[in-house]
Amino acid sequence: MMLKLLMGTIFLTQILLVAAMAFATFRVLRGPRAQDRVLGLDTLYVTATMLLLTFGIRTGSILYFEAALIIALLGFVSTAALAKFLMRGEVIE
Amino acid sequence: MNNHLADLPAWAAAIAALLLLAGAGLTLIGTVGLLRFGSFYQRVHAPTLGSTLGIGCILLASMLVFSVLESRAILHELLITALMVVTTPITLMLLARAALYRDRSEGSDEVPPPPSSPDARPPEPAE
Amino acid sequence: MRGLMRRLLPYPLMTATLLAVWLLLNESVAPGTVILGGVLSLAAAATLGVLDLPGGRFRRPAVALSLLGLVLVDILRSNWAVAKIILRPDGGGRVSGFLRIPLDLRAPYGLATLACIVTATPGTVWVAYDRRRNTILLHILDLVDEQEWIDTIKGRYETRLMELFE
Repeated sequence: MMLKLLMGTIFLTQILLVAAMAFATFRVLRGPRAQDRVLGLDTLYVTATMLLLTFGIRTGSILYFEAALIIALLGFVSTAALAKFLMRGEVIE
Repeated sequence: MNNHLADLPAWAAAIAALLLLAGAGLTLIGTVGLLRFGSFYQRVHAPTLGSTLGIGCILLASMLVFSVLESRAILHELLITALMVVTTPITLMLLARAALYRDRSEGSDEVPPPPSSPDARPPEPAE
Repeated sequence: MRGLMRRLLPYPLMTATLLAVWLLLNESVAPGTVILGGVLSLAAAATLGVLDLPGGRFRRPAVALSLLGLVLVDILRSNWAVAKIILRPDGGGRVSGFLRIPLDLRAPYGLATLACIVTATPGTVWVAYDRRRNTILLHILDLVDEQEWIDTIKGRYETRLMELFE
């Protein structure tokens, strides 16, 4: 009974997270400006990390956690690089 | 399938379920804000919900499940938490600074002008 | 002896943290892992020494802990507040805007910590710092009462950060 409830909750959590990813993707596609797209991309990365964590809870596999760690790291580095580019790409320092 | 969760006591399953729902719900609300808000500087506040308490709740649920089951150490969650705590403010700050820089260089009147100074130099980064 | 220690271990806290992360990633405390991690973190800390970072000491763990608790409570509260703002049906009736706050804090690590605290709290984002006037520019989502925000930043965080870093 409790197991069914927990599995159902995990499934619902994953649906909510996928909806959140869809909203973030919409912001990436829609813009309107470059900084909006980068913000959407960063949100997408964070949500993807959370989705991987829920998969990890569901399956009990450690591989999902390694993947979540790597996605979190990549997301940070790419957002930082993109933000830096937005600052330097346009105006000469 | 999923027999590893069958050993979980009821109280832990209930708390984990609540934490998972709270985390995912907060993240979803954050992305709704990302869609609804009108300007970039309002939108930059929205994903903070997911990247602070949202991911915090899900990490807590994961720690709870795996430490009660004792199937493995909970150390990876601690690493992800530390990473999130360090990186979230930095990315948002960089983005806000980049947006301000771009808006100022375009002469937008949505943002406050740089503090008037003898030599018009952009403010130093705080890092 | 002291000088040798200083040269070999310029940032003891950083070295210990790096070693801890290495051990966490490997999930083992086997002698080989500890030795390799120790050598790597010593080398990394030595590289940091080349960067010649501004000096700063970490003191008063009690104040740091109380600040951490305060920040956690504030993050919880402002998560709730921002969620309510997002879900409010009238989308446009919000007052959000920029706010310039004069600071007394000047220590670089204190300012960096303040920036992280402000940005990690939903509803406030650190935008810029003016070194000459020592003011910060924030963007605040729910800017109804400016004085209340100034009191929050200065009273809750800045005094404690000045105790910690100055």
